[in-house]
Amino acid sequence: MNAPFFKYGLFGDDFSLVVAFLIGIGFGFFLERAGFGSAKKLTAQFYFIDMSVFKVMFTAIVTAMLGLYYLGVLGLINLSLVYLTPTYLIPQILGGLILGIGFVIGGYCPGTSCVAVSTGKIDALVFLIGVVAGIFAFGEVFPLIKNFYYSSDMGQLTLPQLLNIPYGLIVFLVVLMAVGGFIGAEFVEKKMKK
Amino acid sequence: MNQTENENTFQPKPYSNPYLAGIGLGLVLLLSFVIMGRGLGASGAFSSAITAALDKLSPEHVKSNEFYSEYLGDGTKSPLKDWLVFEVIGVFAGGLLSGALAGRIKKGIEKGPRVSNSSRLLFAFIGGALMGFGAKLARGCTSGQALTGGALLNVGSWAFMMCVFAGAYAFAYFMRRQWQ
Repeated sequence: MNAPFFKYGLFGDDFSLVVAFLIGIGFGFFLERAGFGSAKKLTAQFYFIDMSVFKVMFTAIVTAMLGLYYLGVLGLINLSLVYLTPTYLIPQILGGLILGIGFVIGGYCPGTSCVAVSTGKIDALVFLIGVVAGIFAFGEVFPLIKNFYYSSDMGQLTLPQLLNIPYGLIVFLVVLMAVGGFIGAEFVEKKMKK
Repeated sequence: MNQTENENTFQPKPYSNPYLAGIGLGLVLLLSFVIMGRGLGASGAFSSAITAALDKLSPEHVKSNEFYSEYLGDGTKSPLKDWLVFEVIGVFAGGLLSGALAGRIKKGIEKGPRVSNSSRLLFAFIGGALMGFGAKLARGCTSGQALTGGALLNVGSWAFMMCVFAGAYAFAYFMRRQWQ
Protein backbone atom coordinates (compact mmCIF):
# COMPACT_ATOMS: atom_id res chain seq x y z
CA MET A 1 0.00 0.00 0.00
CA ASN A 2 1.36 3.38 -1.04
CA ALA A 3 -0.59 6.06 0.76
CA PRO A 4 -1.61 8.85 0.35
CA PHE A 5 -2.96 7.35 -2.89
CA PHE A 6 -3.54 10.70 -4.63
CA LYS A 7 0.03 11.84 -3.97
CA TYR A 8 1.35 8.62 -5.51
CA GLY A 9 -0.66 9.29 -8.66
CA LEU A 10 -3.23 6.50 -8.25
CA PHE A 11 -5.85 8.84 -9.75
CA GLY A 12 -6.02 12.33 -11.19
CA ASP A 13 -7.52 15.71 -10.30
CA ASP A 14 -10.95 15.02 -11.78
CA PHE A 15 -11.45 11.82 -9.82
CA SER A 16 -10.20 13.58 -6.67
CA LEU A 17 -13.35 15.75 -6.85
CA VAL A 18 -15.50 12.59 -6.75
CA VAL A 19 -13.52 11.49 -3.69
CA ALA A 20 -14.08 14.94 -2.18
CA PHE A 21 -17.83 14.63 -2.61
CA LEU A 22 -17.91 11.12 -1.07
CA ILE A 23 -15.71 12.12 1.89
CA GLY A 24 -17.92 15.17 2.39
CA ILE A 25 -20.99 12.92 2.58
CA GLY A 26 -19.31 10.91 5.34
CA PHE A 27 -18.31 14.11 7.15
CA GLY A 28 -21.79 15.63 6.97
CA PHE A 29 -23.46 12.34 7.89
CA PHE A 30 -21.54 11.95 11.15
CA LEU A 31 -21.88 15.65 12.06
CA GLU A 32 -25.67 15.30 11.77
CA ARG A 33 -25.66 11.94 13.62
CA ALA A 34 -23.83 13.63 16.50
CA GLY A 35 -26.56 16.28 16.71
CA PHE A 36 -24.37 19.06 15.35
CA GLY A 37 -27.14 20.33 13.07
CA SER A 38 -28.57 21.90 16.21
CA ALA A 39 -27.23 25.22 17.53
CA LYS A 40 -28.76 24.56 20.95
CA LYS A 41 -26.91 21.28 21.25
CA LEU A 42 -23.63 22.80 20.02
CA THR A 43 -23.75 25.80 22.36
CA ALA A 44 -24.81 23.69 25.38
CA GLN A 45 -21.10 22.80 25.47
CA PHE A 46 -20.30 26.33 26.66
CA TYR A 47 -22.80 26.15 29.53
CA PHE A 48 -21.48 22.74 30.70
CA ILE A 49 -24.90 21.16 30.01
CA ASP A 50 -24.01 18.88 27.09
CA MET A 51 -20.31 18.27 26.42
CA SER A 52 -20.85 16.56 23.05
CA VAL A 53 -18.74 19.07 21.10
CA PHE A 54 -15.70 18.18 23.18
CA LYS A 55 -16.45 14.45 23.19
CA VAL A 56 -17.08 14.11 19.45
CA MET A 57 -14.18 16.36 18.47
CA PHE A 58 -11.61 14.66 20.67
CA THR A 59 -12.81 11.14 19.83
CA ALA A 60 -12.43 12.05 16.15
CA ILE A 61 -8.97 13.59 16.69
CA VAL A 62 -7.77 10.57 18.71
CA THR A 63 -9.19 8.08 16.16
CA ALA A 64 -7.53 9.77 13.17
CA MET A 65 -4.31 10.45 15.09
CA LEU A 66 -3.95 6.80 16.20
CA GLY A 67 -4.82 5.56 12.71
CA LEU A 68 -2.17 7.75 11.11
CA TYR A 69 0.40 6.81 13.73
CA TYR A 70 -0.03 3.06 13.32
CA LEU A 71 -0.24 3.24 9.50
CA GLY A 72 2.98 5.25 9.67
CA VAL A 73 4.71 2.73 11.96
CA LEU A 74 3.67 -0.12 9.64
CA GLY A 75 5.09 1.82 6.69
CA LEU A 76 1.71 1.94 4.93
CA ILE A 77 1.56 5.73 4.64
CA ASN A 78 4.22 8.31 3.90
CA LEU A 79 3.39 10.90 6.57
CA SER A 80 5.65 13.53 5.00
CA LEU A 81 3.19 13.66 2.07
CA VAL A 82 0.20 14.52 4.29
CA TYR A 83 -0.34 18.27 4.01
CA LEU A 84 0.39 20.26 7.18
CA THR A 85 -0.77 23.89 7.36
CA PRO A 86 2.16 26.11 8.40
CA THR A 87 1.93 27.72 11.83
CA TYR A 88 1.59 31.50 12.12
CA LEU A 89 1.09 31.57 15.87
CA ILE A 90 -0.24 35.05 16.70
CA PRO A 91 -2.77 35.36 13.82
CA GLN A 92 -3.98 31.84 14.63
CA ILE A 93 -4.43 32.67 18.32
CA LEU A 94 -6.40 35.82 17.49
CA GLY A 95 -8.35 34.00 14.77
CA GLY A 96 -9.23 31.24 17.25
CA LEU A 97 -10.51 33.73 19.82
CA ILE A 98 -12.66 35.55 17.23
CA LEU A 99 -13.97 32.23 15.95
CA GLY A 100 -14.83 31.07 19.47
CA ILE A 101 -16.77 34.25 20.20
CA GLY A 102 -18.51 33.90 16.83
CA PHE A 103 -19.38 30.29 17.71
CA VAL A 104 -21.29 31.18 20.88
CA ILE A 105 -22.98 34.20 19.24
CA GLY A 106 -23.91 32.46 15.98
CA GLY A 107 -24.45 28.95 17.33
CA TYR A 108 -22.60 27.05 14.59
CA CYS A 109 -19.25 26.73 12.91
CA PRO A 110 -18.98 26.70 9.09
CA GLY A 111 -19.14 22.89 8.69
CA THR A 112 -21.95 22.30 11.18
CA SER A 113 -23.99 25.16 9.70
CA CYS A 114 -24.07 23.32 6.33
CA VAL A 115 -25.58 20.28 8.02
CA ALA A 116 -28.06 22.52 9.86
CA VAL A 117 -29.11 24.15 6.58
CA SER A 118 -29.69 20.68 5.11
CA THR A 119 -32.01 19.83 8.00
CA GLY A 120 -34.05 23.02 7.59
CA LYS A 121 -32.62 25.54 10.07
CA ILE A 122 -33.27 29.11 8.92
CA ASP A 123 -30.82 30.55 11.47
CA ALA A 124 -28.08 28.36 9.98
CA LEU A 125 -28.75 29.79 6.53
CA VAL A 126 -28.45 33.33 7.92
CA PHE A 127 -25.28 32.23 9.75
CA LEU A 128 -23.80 30.99 6.45
CA ILE A 129 -24.63 34.30 4.76
CA GLY A 130 -22.75 35.89 7.68
CA VAL A 131 -19.75 33.60 7.06
CA VAL A 132 -19.68 34.71 3.42
CA ALA A 133 -19.87 38.37 4.54
CA GLY A 134 -17.03 37.80 7.03
CA ILE A 135 -14.78 36.20 4.43
CA PHE A 136 -15.58 39.01 1.99
CA ALA A 137 -14.69 41.59 4.68
CA PHE A 138 -11.43 39.73 5.30
CA GLY A 139 -10.64 39.73 1.59
CA GLU A 140 -11.30 43.46 1.30
CA VAL A 141 -9.10 44.42 4.29
CA PHE A 142 -6.43 41.84 3.42
CA PRO A 143 -4.00 44.39 1.91
CA LEU A 144 -4.10 46.29 5.25
CA ILE A 145 -3.54 43.27 7.52
CA LYS A 146 -1.21 41.33 5.23
CA ASN A 147 1.86 41.93 7.40
CA PHE A 148 0.06 40.70 10.51
CA TYR A 149 -1.32 37.69 8.59
CA TYR A 150 2.21 36.57 7.75
CA SER A 151 3.70 37.40 11.18
CA SER A 152 5.11 34.88 13.72
CA ASP A 153 5.85 32.42 10.92
CA MET A 154 7.00 29.11 12.43
CA GLY A 155 6.74 27.04 9.24
CA GLN A 156 5.31 23.52 9.17
CA LEU A 157 5.70 22.50 12.80
CA THR A 158 4.31 19.60 14.83
CA LEU A 159 4.13 19.19 18.61
CA PRO A 160 6.75 16.38 18.62
CA GLN A 161 9.16 18.73 16.76
CA LEU A 162 8.40 21.72 18.99
CA LEU A 163 8.71 19.87 22.30
CA ASN A 164 11.43 17.49 21.07
CA ILE A 165 9.46 14.52 22.39
CA PRO A 166 9.04 11.31 20.31
CA TYR A 167 5.92 11.17 18.12
CA GLY A 168 4.63 8.00 19.81
CA LEU A 169 4.91 9.53 23.27
CA ILE A 170 2.94 12.65 22.25
CA VAL A 171 0.27 10.38 20.73
CA PHE A 172 0.09 8.50 24.03
CA LEU A 173 -0.12 11.75 26.04
CA VAL A 174 -2.92 13.11 23.81
CA VAL A 175 -4.88 9.86 24.30
CA LEU A 176 -4.39 10.14 28.08
CA MET A 177 -5.49 13.78 28.03
CA ALA A 178 -8.57 12.95 25.95
CA VAL A 179 -9.60 10.07 28.22
CA GLY A 180 -9.13 12.33 31.25
CA GLY A 181 -11.24 14.96 29.47
CA PHE A 182 -13.99 12.43 28.71
CA ILE A 183 -14.17 11.34 32.36
CA GLY A 184 -14.32 15.01 33.39
CA ALA A 185 -17.02 15.75 30.79
CA GLU A 186 -19.22 12.87 32.02
CA PHE A 187 -18.77 14.08 35.60
CA VAL A 188 -19.68 17.68 34.72
CA GLU A 189 -22.79 16.61 32.77
CA LYS A 190 -24.03 14.50 35.70
CA LYS A 191 -23.44 17.37 38.10
CA MET A 192 -25.33 19.86 35.90
CA LYS A 193 -28.33 17.51 35.68
CA LYS A 194 -28.87 17.68 39.45
CA MET B 1 -52.01 2.16 22.68
CA ASN B 2 -51.92 2.00 18.92
CA GLN B 3 -52.21 5.73 18.71
CA THR B 4 -49.14 6.37 20.88
CA GLU B 5 -47.14 3.97 18.77
CA ASN B 6 -48.14 5.85 15.66
CA GLU B 7 -47.18 9.12 17.25
CA ASN B 8 -43.81 7.71 18.21
CA THR B 9 -42.97 6.87 14.62
CA PHE B 10 -43.18 10.58 13.80
CA GLN B 11 -40.77 11.52 16.59
CA PRO B 12 -37.23 12.26 15.44
CA LYS B 13 -34.78 9.55 16.46
CA PRO B 14 -32.33 10.42 19.25
CA TYR B 15 -28.80 11.52 18.31
CA SER B 16 -25.99 8.97 18.20
CA ASN B 17 -23.72 8.28 21.12
CA PRO B 18 -21.08 11.07 20.91
CA TYR B 19 -18.14 8.67 21.12
CA LEU B 20 -19.51 6.53 18.28
CA ALA B 21 -20.18 9.60 16.13
CA GLY B 22 -16.64 10.78 16.97
CA ILE B 23 -15.12 7.47 15.85
CA GLY B 24 -17.12 7.71 12.60
CA LEU B 25 -15.92 11.27 12.04
CA GLY B 26 -12.33 10.25 12.88
CA LEU B 27 -12.44 7.39 10.36
CA VAL B 28 -13.70 9.75 7.63
CA LEU B 29 -10.82 12.09 8.45
CA LEU B 30 -8.34 9.19 8.42
CA LEU B 31 -9.72 8.05 5.06
CA SER B 32 -9.14 11.56 3.70
CA PHE B 33 -5.51 11.48 4.90
CA VAL B 34 -4.94 8.03 3.39
CA ILE B 35 -6.66 8.62 0.04
CA MET B 36 -5.89 12.31 -0.54
CA GLY B 37 -3.01 13.23 1.77
CA ARG B 38 -5.08 16.08 3.17
CA GLY B 39 -7.72 16.58 5.83
CA LEU B 40 -11.22 18.02 5.93
CA GLY B 41 -12.34 21.64 5.60
CA ALA B 42 -15.32 23.93 5.28
CA SER B 43 -14.56 27.66 5.26
CA GLY B 44 -12.16 27.37 2.33
CA ALA B 45 -15.01 26.29 0.04
CA PHE B 46 -16.82 29.56 0.72
CA SER B 47 -13.65 31.56 -0.03
CA SER B 48 -13.55 29.83 -3.43
CA ALA B 49 -17.23 30.59 -4.01
CA ILE B 50 -16.76 34.29 -3.17
CA THR B 51 -13.70 34.47 -5.41
CA ALA B 52 -15.65 32.89 -8.28
CA ALA B 53 -18.50 35.39 -7.84
CA LEU B 54 -16.19 38.42 -7.59
CA ASP B 55 -14.21 37.21 -10.59
CA LYS B 56 -17.40 37.45 -12.65
CA LEU B 57 -18.21 40.96 -11.30
CA SER B 58 -14.76 42.53 -11.28
CA PRO B 59 -11.84 40.41 -12.54
CA GLU B 60 -9.34 43.27 -12.01
CA HIS B 61 -10.28 43.56 -8.36
CA VAL B 62 -9.70 39.83 -7.83
CA LYS B 63 -6.37 39.83 -9.66
CA SER B 64 -5.04 42.80 -7.70
CA ASN B 65 -5.92 41.27 -4.32
CA GLU B 66 -3.52 38.66 -3.03
CA PHE B 67 -6.17 36.92 -0.92
CA TYR B 68 -8.59 36.31 -3.76
CA SER B 69 -5.96 35.59 -6.38
CA GLU B 70 -4.70 32.68 -4.29
CA TYR B 71 -8.13 31.04 -4.67
CA LEU B 72 -8.14 31.93 -8.36
CA GLY B 73 -5.02 29.86 -8.99
CA ASP B 74 -3.43 30.16 -12.41
CA GLY B 75 -6.77 31.08 -13.93
CA THR B 76 -6.97 28.05 -16.19
CA LYS B 77 -9.95 26.58 -14.32
CA SER B 78 -12.88 27.90 -12.31
CA PRO B 79 -12.21 28.47 -8.58
CA LEU B 80 -15.30 26.29 -8.05
CA LYS B 81 -13.53 23.26 -9.49
CA ASP B 82 -11.88 22.85 -6.14
CA TRP B 83 -11.52 19.93 -3.72
CA LEU B 84 -13.09 21.71 -0.75
CA VAL B 85 -16.03 22.99 -2.81
CA PHE B 86 -16.94 19.41 -3.80
CA GLU B 87 -16.32 18.21 -0.24
CA VAL B 88 -18.71 20.83 1.19
CA ILE B 89 -21.40 19.91 -1.36
CA GLY B 90 -20.97 16.41 0.04
CA VAL B 91 -21.37 17.74 3.60
CA PHE B 92 -24.76 19.24 2.66
CA ALA B 93 -25.76 15.90 1.08
CA GLY B 94 -24.50 13.81 4.01
CA GLY B 95 -26.34 15.98 6.52
CA LEU B 96 -29.51 15.66 4.47
CA LEU B 97 -29.10 11.88 4.28
CA SER B 98 -28.56 11.44 8.01
CA GLY B 99 -31.31 13.92 8.91
CA ALA B 100 -33.80 12.23 6.57
CA LEU B 101 -33.02 8.75 7.91
CA ALA B 102 -33.57 9.96 11.47
CA GLY B 103 -36.69 12.02 10.74
CA ARG B 104 -34.93 15.23 11.85
CA ILE B 105 -35.61 17.49 8.86
CA LYS B 106 -37.81 20.30 10.03
CA LYS B 107 -37.97 23.96 9.03
CA GLY B 108 -37.39 26.26 11.99
CA ILE B 109 -35.18 28.61 13.96
CA GLU B 110 -32.96 27.18 16.69
CA LYS B 111 -32.88 29.27 19.86
CA GLY B 112 -33.56 29.37 23.56
CA PRO B 113 -36.99 30.43 24.88
CA ARG B 114 -35.94 33.93 25.97
CA VAL B 115 -35.02 35.50 22.63
CA SER B 116 -37.10 36.66 19.65
CA ASN B 117 -36.71 35.23 16.15
CA SER B 118 -35.39 38.48 14.72
CA SER B 119 -32.68 38.91 17.37
CA ARG B 120 -31.70 35.27 16.94
CA LEU B 121 -31.26 35.80 13.19
CA LEU B 122 -29.27 38.99 13.80
CA PHE B 123 -26.98 37.10 16.21
CA ALA B 124 -26.67 34.27 13.65
CA PHE B 125 -25.46 36.77 11.04
CA ILE B 126 -23.01 38.52 13.41
CA GLY B 127 -21.66 35.20 14.69
CA GLY B 128 -21.27 33.92 11.14
CA ALA B 129 -19.41 37.04 10.06
CA LEU B 130 -16.99 36.78 13.02
CA MET B 131 -16.49 33.09 12.16
CA GLY B 132 -15.75 33.84 8.53
CA PHE B 133 -13.25 36.56 9.41
CA GLY B 134 -11.63 34.56 12.23
CA ALA B 135 -11.35 31.42 10.11
CA LYS B 136 -9.47 33.29 7.38
CA LEU B 137 -7.13 34.91 9.91
CA ALA B 138 -6.43 31.48 11.44
CA ARG B 139 -6.07 29.78 8.02
CA GLY B 140 -8.92 27.39 8.73
CA CYS B 141 -11.96 26.72 10.90
CA THR B 142 -13.03 23.96 13.26
CA SER B 143 -12.72 21.38 10.45
CA GLY B 144 -9.55 22.46 8.71
CA GLN B 145 -7.61 23.50 11.80
CA ALA B 146 -9.05 21.92 14.95
CA LEU B 147 -9.99 18.47 13.59
CA THR B 148 -7.44 18.04 10.80
CA GLY B 149 -4.52 19.84 12.43
CA GLY B 150 -5.42 18.35 15.81
CA ALA B 151 -4.98 14.80 14.46
CA LEU B 152 -1.71 15.83 12.75
CA LEU B 153 -0.42 17.35 16.03
CA ASN B 154 0.03 20.67 14.22
CA VAL B 155 1.29 23.34 16.67
CA GLY B 156 -0.77 26.19 15.20
CA SER B 157 -3.92 24.05 15.15
CA TRP B 158 -3.62 23.13 18.82
CA ALA B 159 -3.06 26.78 19.80
CA PHE B 160 -6.06 27.71 17.63
CA MET B 161 -8.30 25.02 19.14
CA MET B 162 -7.58 26.10 22.72
CA CYS B 163 -8.34 29.71 21.77
CA VAL B 164 -11.67 28.70 20.19
CA PHE B 165 -12.78 27.09 23.45
CA ALA B 166 -11.35 30.00 25.49
CA GLY B 167 -13.15 32.61 23.36
CA ALA B 168 -16.46 30.74 23.43
CA TYR B 169 -16.40 30.09 27.18
CA ALA B 170 -15.35 33.67 27.91
CA PHE B 171 -18.23 35.10 25.87
CA ALA B 172 -20.89 32.48 26.77
CA TYR B 173 -22.14 34.49 29.76
CA PHE B 174 -23.24 37.39 27.51
CA MET B 175 -25.15 35.04 25.22
CA ARG B 176 -26.92 32.99 27.89
CA ARG B 177 -30.32 34.53 27.17
CA GLN B 178 -30.11 33.39 23.57
CA TRP B 179 -29.52 29.72 24.37
CA GLN B 180 -30.65 28.77 27.86
